[in-house]
Amino acid sequence: MLLITCPWCGPRNETEYHYGGQAHVPYPESPADLTDEQWAEFVFYRDNPKGPFAERWMHSIGCRRWFNVLRDTATHEVLTSYRLDEPRPGGNR
Amino acid sequence: MTAEALPEHPDFLWRNPDPKRSYDVVIVGAGGHGLATAYYLAKNHGITNVAVLEKGWLAGGNMARNTTIIRSNYLWDESAAIYEHALKLWEGLPEELDYDFLFSQRGVLNLAHTLQDVREGVRRVNANRLNGVDAEWLEPDEVAKVCPILNVSSRTRYPVLGATFQPRAGIAKHDHVAWALARRADELGVDLIQGCEVTGFLKDGDRVVGVDTNRGRIHAGRVGLAAAGHSSVLAERAGVRLPVQSHPLQALVSELHEPVHPTVVMSNHVHVYVSQAHKGELVMGAGVDSYNGYGQRGSFHVIEQQMAAAVELFPIFARAHVLRTWGGIVDVTPDASPIIGSTPVAGLYVNCGWGTGGFKATPAAGWTFAHTVATGEPHPLNAPFALDRFTTGALIDEHGAAAVAH
Repeated sequence: MLLITCPWCGPRNETEYHYGGQAHVPYPESPADLTDEQWAEFVFYRDNPKGPFAERWMHSIGCRRWFNVLRDTATHEVLTSYRLDEPRPGGNR
Repeated sequence: MTAEALPEHPDFLWRNPDPKRSYDVVIVGAGGHGLATAYYLAKNHGITNVAVLEKGWLAGGNMARNTTIIRSNYLWDESAAIYEHALKLWEGLPEELDYDFLFSQRGVLNLAHTLQDVREGVRRVNANRLNGVDAEWLEPDEVAKVCPILNVSSRTRYPVLGATFQPRAGIAKHDHVAWALARRADELGVDLIQGCEVTGFLKDGDRVVGVDTNRGRIHAGRVGLAAAGHSSVLAERAGVRLPVQSHPLQALVSELHEPVHPTVVMSNHVHVYVSQAHKGELVMGAGVDSYNGYGQRGSFHVIEQQMAAAVELFPIFARAHVLRTWGGIVDVTPDASPIIGSTPVAGLYVNCGWGTGGFKATPAAGWTFAHTVATGEPHPLNAPFALDRFTTGALIDEHGAAAVAH
């Protein structure tokens, strides 16, 4: 089981959280101008790296707030967690 | 169920050649799908100058980790067609491959625990029948006749309100399926190369012309990817982005028991699926872990929940001991249907996105993928499963019939 640190509540078991997929996927700035390919990219395509991955989690049975986690998908190591208004630690988006 | 003798452990079933410098076709991934593709490339299309490259050992990935369930009771026409083609191939494969891999058509029950489950199940039975797939709707007392150890009391938290039943569904001995295909492919001239990891792709303009591996550069007229959980990692090295997410999927087996469980039982709602292997283990699976991962292990709470569901449905399992648990990595698409077809890179084809249910499709995946790689065109059965459906919007949404939460 993953031990994830909520930025507001501290470290809690994975079962307190809900997974939200890749972080830092902005809604298109001008949706009306998007091609079908660009819509497909936004709706269906996400990164799937073997290694560090910035992802969203929600503390669903705690403070119910969303935040981001940087986690290694190969080792399951939770590298860090940070608020939605903070950039990904170490850059790379 | 009768206790059958296990097949003799085979001696050497295939050669172990060094890679040649070039092949007509290179298939990446020597799991069930890769092996079936090589077999049908040779058998159906006469293409035998083929290498199947495997970074680990033959059939040591998801082929060695799945719960071996075979069925074709999918909702949509496209899915019913390809999975039913697979089931028909399964029915002839032991004889065709001259290998008794213990394909046992003991039927599958998909339980309904809510009114919505009942409606979805009845709808699916009707859809299956229209597609020529055997399917029945069973009331709880009929469910108990098929599987007497199942608790169909109305006093459980999620009572069994009925079930779909596909009598022709069943299980097969997965390792032996792989070995049977490997032996035939090898006999037909295919090189099965283990310990050979693809590290990059050779391109001539927009066309793929080979692969770089830890055992040297291998030229290829065409390259087919059949790497399951690692498909997107691999495709990215060729500059192709795939709409798949990789998740850990866990399974477990109990110690050996006398034959008690005569069929396959799946429950979407309380989420467990159980069959009994020929040797006697109870084989159980549940849903994927929610997060992405490549670690081939998952979280323990998923196992706890599946065991709780199993014990409620099968009270006699309460004192069974878990012998072993493990995880595989499944590649999940947004519509829970596979991707089989060409990619934006000429000569590069992909077979992926089978999520939690690739084993049952093994022969049809191989059949259609071989056709696509051999001819450059989709077979009618895999045409709907092209990559461009995520752009056109012609999705094949099988989250319901996939039967495993993902």
